[in-house]
Amino acid sequence: MNATAPARRFALAEIAPAATGLGCAVLFFCIMEALIRTGAISQFVVPPPSQVLGAFGRLFSEEHIVRRFFLTIGECLTTGVMIAVFGVAGGVLLHRYKLLQQAVETWVAALAAAPVVLAYPLFMVIFGRNAWTIIMMGFVAALPPVILKTIEGLSGTRKVLVNVGRSFNLSASQQFWKIMLPASLPAIFTGIRLGLIFALINVVGVEFLINYGGLGQLINDLAERYDLPGTYAAICFVILVSVVFFMTLEKIERWLRPFK
Amino acid sequence: MAAAVQVTKAPARGGGVSAVAWLRAGLIVGTLVIWELLSRSGWLYRDVVPSLFAIAKAIVALLSGGDYYFHLGVTLGEIALALVIGGGGGVVVGLMLGANRFLSRAFESYLYYLGPTPKIILFPVMIMWFGVGSGSKVALGALSCFFPVALSVAAGMRQIDRVLIRVGRSFRADTRQMITKIYLPAMRHPIINGVRLGLGIALIGTLLAETKLSNKGIGFLIINAYSTFDMPRMYANLIVLFVLAIGANALVGRLGGLNTIRR
Repeated sequence: MNATAPARRFALAEIAPAATGLGCAVLFFCIMEALIRTGAISQFVVPPPSQVLGAFGRLFSEEHIVRRFFLTIGECLTTGVMIAVFGVAGGVLLHRYKLLQQAVETWVAALAAAPVVLAYPLFMVIFGRNAWTIIMMGFVAALPPVILKTIEGLSGTRKVLVNVGRSFNLSASQQFWKIMLPASLPAIFTGIRLGLIFALINVVGVEFLINYGGLGQLINDLAERYDLPGTYAAICFVILVSVVFFMTLEKIERWLRPFK
Repeated sequence: MAAAVQVTKAPARGGGVSAVAWLRAGLIVGTLVIWELLSRSGWLYRDVVPSLFAIAKAIVALLSGGDYYFHLGVTLGEIALALVIGGGGGVVVGLMLGANRFLSRAFESYLYYLGPTPKIILFPVMIMWFGVGSGSKVALGALSCFFPVALSVAAGMRQIDRVLIRVGRSFRADTRQMITKIYLPAMRHPIINGVRLGLGIALIGTLLAETKLSNKGIGFLIINAYSTFDMPRMYANLIVLFVLAIGANALVGRLGGLNTIRR
């Protein structure tokens, strides 16, 4: 009994913060429900949480949210493949040619800091109002972190690994494929993870702004129809998708860490 | 977001610098020549790639007209207010989460996962709450910059040297003195970094909201140029905006002495 008491206290200390966080969220929604039902907050501005919860079923049956979800995820994954191919290739190229790296690396970093998503009207003119505008916008916004992290990973390869390769008389190509690339994989994946996060933000954002495509368009549609419970439910769904997306990427990154 | 990526420092060698400068100049000139040839080639739709002369003329017209400065003032005001509200709230919440381990474990994961979600989708909600005027743009900007500032401040507070905190306590500093004399000076670097991130994100949030629904501000000018298919004016607006955004980012870092801080 003496041994179980500290263990119970430890388990309680572990659960208490998470339970407090969840409890506060539930309490917040209960208070909102009460305030809206009593008329303290207009239900024409904020719908009661119970109505938002009820609108989820409608999103699946009437608004085809599953098809829209796959459309958005498809656009994100296409962007992901493009940033992985062009970003890693760009990073390798810049690492290979040091002069070029010194000349353009700050430009790539400046591009990462620039609000490129604001150029979406320009992309609409170039690609038209279609999925390519969304994908290319995500691509341009998500490319810089992949390039920069690839350079960082390749530059950070431990000297001892490079020397081992040299002692085995590996050719430049073997040195790259067998030593440099595997050693820099964790950093490259961090870049791809950052890139995918930027891609998702930009893809959903541009879908919303140009009213085309999957989940972003759904929110815009519902807001324009003044379907408040539906709008809030769709926003909650997108937030949920984003959170699951980030958590999955984090798990994959942790799984890749043994390469370090 | 952008600051999450660190740029490798280029070795400053006497001979290498001029070669880099030459290469940069060559790349810029090459790009401009290709651009001009493309615009004259007729391969693309007219005005999709306007001539450099037309873009330069549009930039001059933009900057010499008083109208632009009115719209710039509106946008700057909205961004500044968003930064004060969202950044200020972020600093307060960050200090609370950084100072209290229980609160951090209860709420920080929510901030961490909600931070990178696309905030522009909340714009319809902001319109409902704050109307179609500047209020909804400020609210979206504030909401966008709140998360990176709060997370950066909370992380920065946990990294404060414990010795400094013990020194403050040994002098019996009260909470206000601890915050103003120990925590805030020791957290200068993460706060400036958070404000830099927040500024960039508030700028994007505010301007995107302006492109969606507004009748004033730089975002409105961009979408207005698109609607009237005045491509040189749109390029001019985007170029001036990018220069201002990158300049503001660098200025915040310089004013905060980010380059001189030793970690």
